Amino acid sequence: MQADKVETDWAALVLRVRDHQDKAAFAALFRHFAPRVKAFLMKSGADAGLAEECAQDVMATLWQKAHLFDPTRASVATWVFTIARNRRIDALRKARRPEPEDLPWGPEPEPDQAEVFEAQQETDKLGQALAQLPDKQRALIERAFYGDLSHSEIATETGLPLGTIKSRIRLALDRLRQQMS
Amino acid sequence: MTIRHHLSDQLLMAYAAGDLPEAFNLVTATHVSLCDECRARLAAFEAVGGAVLQEADSVEMSDASLAACLDRIEQMPQATHRAPMRRAGCFPAPLAGYIGGGPESVKWRNLGAGVKQAILRTGRDASARLLYIPAGQAVPDHGHRGLELTLVLQGAFRDDADRFGPGDIEIADEAVEHTPVAEAGPACICLAATDAPLRFNALIPRLAQPFLRI
Ligand SMILES: [Zn+2]
Repeated sequence: MQADKVETDWAALVLRVRDHQDKAAFAALFRHFAPRVKAFLMKSGADAGLAEECAQDVMATLWQKAHLFDPTRASVATWVFTIARNRRIDALRKARRPEPEDLPWGPEPEPDQAEVFEAQQETDKLGQALAQLPDKQRALIERAFYGDLSHSEIATETGLPLGTIKSRIRLALDRLRQQMS
Repeated sequence: MTIRHHLSDQLLMAYAAGDLPEAFNLVTATHVSLCDECRARLAAFEAVGGAVLQEADSVEMSDASLAACLDRIEQMPQATHRAPMRRAGCFPAPLAGYIGGGPESVKWRNLGAGVKQAILRTGRDASARLLYIPAGQAVPDHGHRGLELTLVLQGAFRDDADRFGPGDIEIADEAVEHTPVAEAGPACICLAATDAPLRFNALIPRLAQPFLRI
């Protein structure tokens, strides 16, 4: 694993944007994520100009919606992915994608650091597992997320360790349901 | 609500990736609204998207892009807190958003024998409709063309093999051959979506369509 991936606390940077409109924190996020979002959108079929434009939109949305980011539920990379995906659907497919009902579960003003770390770690571990898949299998997963496959072409078995993530979110949901009842 | 029939990994991953037609997005979002199990599985697939993004190559942004983005942020209106969509009766929020309310707001069309349907306005690559099936009546034909998702919102239907109650989703493809019937009790209300080609836009008059089919 590359050292910078472990050491940069992206979630803390988003919280600085949220709490202090911190432009230096935003610049660090921008330098890391905007080029990845641009590449992601180009692989989804956007030309360089449109991808650059939309990558700026995605990063502006990150600033605007920083108050909605819950670092105990998802890593910053996952959150940025969902914003980029929605931007791609608007720009390229022009389809509607209704979202599930919101739940009253955060974000907390002071998120539990161990949980934040866990969510970030999960993305890193998934990234490693993805890199270790046979080329063909990895390419198929990547193409699915670039929006390049129809639902019937998607493999039912990813070969990725998704069980721990599912269990962690499931536990959080069970806790929430108990508080609600 | 005890849900026994869930979304497939294939559908959840396609929804996470943004690969589904609108009508399937609607059924998926509606089921996830009712089902914590699928909500957690969906979060795991979205994390795969995060890993794909994190591991992806990057393409350099132009020099002025950060400054341009900050300018754009300055000019953005304050984020308005939109009132979240609300659940309406047995319709979870994403569905209630399409209808503009709960079951009482649906503009039903009679199909005969007390069975009613309402076709929702979605993208054309798949279609969605609500079905209202009184106890003892057959669920309108599954067509056996393409993929059909049927999500129960109220009541239940059953066939020889299985029962589908509130929150359950039936995933049927060409291979499924059965005639489910609405259970005794309150009428069964379902949200159904199919990617089979819509025939009623063809030149054939509507009345010539097979009874009860879209
Ligand atoms: Zn489920």
